[in-house]
Amino acid sequence: MSIKLPIYLDNQATTPTDPRVVQAMLPYLTDVFGNAGSRNHSFGWAASEAVTIAREELGALIGASAKEIIWTSGATESNNLAIKGAAHYYARKGKHIITVQTEHKAVLDSCHALEREGFEFTYLPVQADGLLDLDVLKAAIRDDTILVSVMMANNEIGVIQPIAEIGAICQQHGIIFHCDAVQACGKIPVDVKALKVDLLSMSAHKMYGPKGIGALYVRRGRPRVRLQPIIDGGGQERGMRSGTLPVHQIVGMGKAAVYAKEDLDTGKILEVKRLRDKLWAGLQENLDELYLNGSWEHRLPNNLNVSFAFVEGEGMMMAIKDIAVSSGSACTSASLEPSYVLRALGVEAELAHTSIRFGLGRFTTEEEIDYAIDLVTEKVRWLRDMSPLYEMVKDGIDIKSIQWAAH
Amino acid sequence: MAYSDTLLNHYENPQNVGSLDKADPQVGTGLVGAPACGDVMKLQLKIDDDGVILDAKFKTFGCGSAIASSSLVTTMVKGKSIDEAAKIKNADIAAELSLPPVKIHCSVLAEDAIKAAIADYRKKKSGQDI
Ligand SMILES: Cc1ncc(COP(=O)(O)O)c(C=O)c1O
Repeated sequence: MSIKLPIYLDNQATTPTDPRVVQAMLPYLTDVFGNAGSRNHSFGWAASEAVTIAREELGALIGASAKEIIWTSGATESNNLAIKGAAHYYARKGKHIITVQTEHKAVLDSCHALEREGFEFTYLPVQADGLLDLDVLKAAIRDDTILVSVMMANNEIGVIQPIAEIGAICQQHGIIFHCDAVQACGKIPVDVKALKVDLLSMSAHKMYGPKGIGALYVRRGRPRVRLQPIIDGGGQERGMRSGTLPVHQIVGMGKAAVYAKEDLDTGKILEVKRLRDKLWAGLQENLDELYLNGSWEHRLPNNLNVSFAFVEGEGMMMAIKDIAVSSGSACTSASLEPSYVLRALGVEAELAHTSIRFGLGRFTTEEEIDYAIDLVTEKVRWLRDMSPLYEMVKDGIDIKSIQWAAH
Repeated sequence: MAYSDTLLNHYENPQNVGSLDKADPQVGTGLVGAPACGDVMKLQLKIDDDGVILDAKFKTFGCGSAIASSSLVTTMVKGKSIDEAAKIKNADIAAELSLPPVKIHCSVLAEDAIKAAIADYRKKKSGQDI
């Protein structure tokens, strides 16, 4: 069987829109184009009804009710709204916020912005496997802590944090708990009630929906969670996020949630996991000096992040250009610093430079994984034959004993 | 990022990959860069008594631009005198490969590698003369 190249293995960056989702969206660009806020004619009613159905569909994925879903432009906005909105609303109660060093930039940079306004932050470290130590969290809580923000699953290493335990701790202390669940939705079961999450960020384009649409779950019921809006205007979304609703996008996110839930309920996601496990087993069988980044046990079923020691990540990606992956190597960014996530795990810079993230997805096939194992094996061997470091290690030289000149 | 054909050609078909005998008094070895920074180049030059570079070999840990810069440098220095080779500037390497601005440091490293290999050879020579 011939396979189509290049192969997409970067599903943590984004996913293709499922054709079934595209089909569901199309009528809402043409026939059903009304403004969901138009209360006085059938065009508006039809649009509004579609939005309500999508709210229910997305709510069902995370165990929330339709009324608890706030539409946003994506998870970057959801994270901004959750963190800045809660900080500003509860500023009278306190000014201390806790988050984690391995969070997505949308969380960390929202925090940095609030720091400049006078809020105080604790950025918790993680353990070598990427997991947060709950005792470290407990010790960081202060009387004036108003918000804790911890992601469910990391976008680089796929490590899943103990969200239910964190939720319980926050509830005990009366602290609002925000969780960035962008990477987790549709990959592992998410139940906001069981997890005791108050605010939860989601993005459609990470779960086979369109780009440019996301949502924030905002818990209702007592005590209800309040947010100060970032975007003011017509008062849509309970006043928390003004702006005419992009109905076609919303319909797409709703349908994406339906199929994401189906992946979980039917066990399709276990097939993705089987292929991910096969990829890792295959690489380990063929190559030495491989280092898994992050916990294997507490990990998304579709993620593999490996350091191929002595082979620089960007050089590697150029060699395996038939498969699309991403790297924590500095060379892929303008900053020349390797991944801050890997550094937070204590991965040394030399290994961080050699890391590759494989993100499998709904449309990944067995043939593609077989191809990837063969190609990566061949190219790593080729690059190691060209690597002065691999040669030195094979000659018994301790690379750490050499005085390298920093440049 | 779109790379030039010359760069891609040097990356995909690197010239003069390998090692020369480090202990050979005619061989100068330059090892520059650092694993923690994401690139390390090893350049070895075999030099005759008239100071002419007879052979050049490299091994590089780094991105595509670093590998291509190393490969290019081995082809540039062969047949040159060490004095001529020492005059190769990083700008020459960057221009030949059309390196994008963020990759200029790869050409700097390649220039450093030539200088380091020549310095190592000269050190060996002066050791012999005494
Ligand atoms: C964990 C995480 N949070 C937030 C985001 C931002 O989401 P969006 O692209 O919808 O703004 C991403 C995507 O890059 C992510 O992986």
